[in-house]
Amino acid sequence: MLRRAGATVIGKALVAAARRRGGGSAFPGLVVEKLHPRYLADVLGALPRGIVVVSGTNGKTTTTRMVVALLRAHGLRVVSNPTGSNFTRGVISSLLREVRGSGRLDADIAVLELDEAHALKFAEVVKPTHSLVLNVARDQLDRFAEIDHTARLLSDLVASTTTGVVLNRDDSFVSRSRARAGAGVEVGWFGLDDSVRHRLDELQEQDVRLAEGEDDVPPGGADDILLAPVDERAFTLVRGASDDAPIGPITLQQRGLAAMINATAATAMVNQILGAGFRADIVPDALAAVVPPFGRGEVIDLDDGQLELVLVKNPAGFTVALSTYGTTPEATMIAINDDYADGRDVSWLWDVSFESLREVGVDMTSGVRGWDMALRLDYDDVEVREVNLDLVLALEQFLARNPGGLRRLFCTYTAMMALRRHLVETQGIASFGDEGQEERA
Amino acid sequence: MSTKGTIHVVHLYPREMSIYGDLGNTRVLMRRIARHGYTPILHEHHPGADFPATAHVIMGGGGQDSGQLRVEEDLAAIGDRLRDLAAQDVPMLMVCGMYQLMGKRFVTSTGSSMEGLGILDVTTTGGAQRLIGPVALQTPFGQVVGYENHSGVTELGASQQPFGTVVSGHGNGPEAGHEGARAREVIGTYLHGPILPANPALADSLIAAAARFATGDDFQPGLVDDSIATQAHDRQWRRILAAQTPR
Repeated sequence: MLRRAGATVIGKALVAAARRRGGGSAFPGLVVEKLHPRYLADVLGALPRGIVVVSGTNGKTTTTRMVVALLRAHGLRVVSNPTGSNFTRGVISSLLREVRGSGRLDADIAVLELDEAHALKFAEVVKPTHSLVLNVARDQLDRFAEIDHTARLLSDLVASTTTGVVLNRDDSFVSRSRARAGAGVEVGWFGLDDSVRHRLDELQEQDVRLAEGEDDVPPGGADDILLAPVDERAFTLVRGASDDAPIGPITLQQRGLAAMINATAATAMVNQILGAGFRADIVPDALAAVVPPFGRGEVIDLDDGQLELVLVKNPAGFTVALSTYGTTPEATMIAINDDYADGRDVSWLWDVSFESLREVGVDMTSGVRGWDMALRLDYDDVEVREVNLDLVLALEQFLARNPGGLRRLFCTYTAMMALRRHLVETQGIASFGDEGQEERA
Repeated sequence: MSTKGTIHVVHLYPREMSIYGDLGNTRVLMRRIARHGYTPILHEHHPGADFPATAHVIMGGGGQDSGQLRVEEDLAAIGDRLRDLAAQDVPMLMVCGMYQLMGKRFVTSTGSSMEGLGILDVTTTGGAQRLIGPVALQTPFGQVVGYENHSGVTELGASQQPFGTVVSGHGNGPEAGHEGARAREVIGTYLHGPILPANPALADSLIAAAARFATGDDFQPGLVDDSIATQAHDRQWRRILAAQTPR
């Protein structure tokens, strides 16, 4: 206990220092981990309602926010990790802001977004009580090498979960991991209602999964939550138990089927965690209040109109983004970098169809791989009006040429970070740290 | 609409063996064939299906180990046809996993062995090290850029030509100095990127051979604007060489 308290005090001082310099860092977490290797297990293990891990290729950040919002609406005190801190040191750094000097967290439950590789590393240190596994798609194959490998990492996460897992019943790479759940661990499902099963292609890649007969959709259970859209904006959640009325209609701030399925997954997870304490009636308002994470359809107000930021990082995500936003033509810019955090191999751009942009064309491509993006668009007969590899100059010109109204920017991770930093400096919009503050308030 | 001729493109195993964007090669080929004034027709060949009766150019990509296992049986079934087409100078572009399967044999890191089609005189052994990163090559088709991501180490038979010599990156193995293999009009390579978009001369050489086989006449190229491809290629090339650490 003394050790935990000591490490906490030092860690909190480092976090405060990092904040004064502007921005967070994993450094305080690194120091605390060295001082007290079991710090994370110690602090999180003391939470009375457990530790929830949200993982999968796409939708982690949005879904994590939704799980947090739903649990808070039920009166629970929740700690979570901000985007981009999803490795153990980052998690420690973010917890240091919440933890008291004694090393005790003022919370009932933790909800943590962890990517596939880090989820497993985390589980080696702290066993999650609950895991929510969203999907498996090709993502940064230069890092994970093979999609089968990614699927294995997630099934290992399922195997190390102690109380309950919620899995995507429509993604066989995820659903087959039910066999790895431990004895006595509850297995719940989320997915598409039969009325919309034909729209699965919008959410999931057409690949070898479809060729596999042995992995049919698992049979539903009483606690399953299934998505039944009403129209392009509103949807209801159908409950597995036939005597329960559907939840909704619900309208999210984010558009598109992908956001709806994330809400479905989050609701299924919370339903499992709370059991008899789950209140369907408060779900619609809680979900409707969730602010889209930055870069996931976040709309920024600028002096002369709005800019919508859409993060793209893999073919499934880009395809979903295009089908979500393709229905409303706007002035469009695409910025592609190929740093480690973006994925160094940009081959995946060729697995995305850009035909939906033909009508409006693309005003600007940018980033280190701006010419490769222009080339990709050219082969889909999408007109590209200009290529400027300098991100800031490209954005300035793009905005100046399309004054007023809504402009849309699709960008990879590091391109988004660079452009958002520029917008913070020039437009006075909230920086990351500020955004995190609001979230915790 | 009268065209210069019809070219049938066969993409082998798009589901199982196209996880690294190699589908882009087929997209590029289809569009370029049309831009050159020919009519392209695409056949996607899936395991267990009849091989298309007419084939003028054949494309294959990279998959994972499970993908290779799923196509093994079908590949044996269509092997004679592919060998026959290769001998008739039908162009083929086989990337990564399909490159390995065009060879004589593939020995996994655990020692089990899988027969290939023997169209290319190469043997691949699964290595412990994964070779990942951007690649620059000198080839008979000019400077070629791409991205490799494989653990196979491929040895060339005594008289087997490589596809190119390595300027930067690994290629057929960590110290090989050469990349891929080429025999008649068949090219095997580890390069993703995908390889064709930013290397249009390579794409046109495949189309030229396909046009010759399809029409019996010489390829009659159209006017294709490659200014964007040239920019993409040249920038990749310069960047790869600038980042190169001296050996």
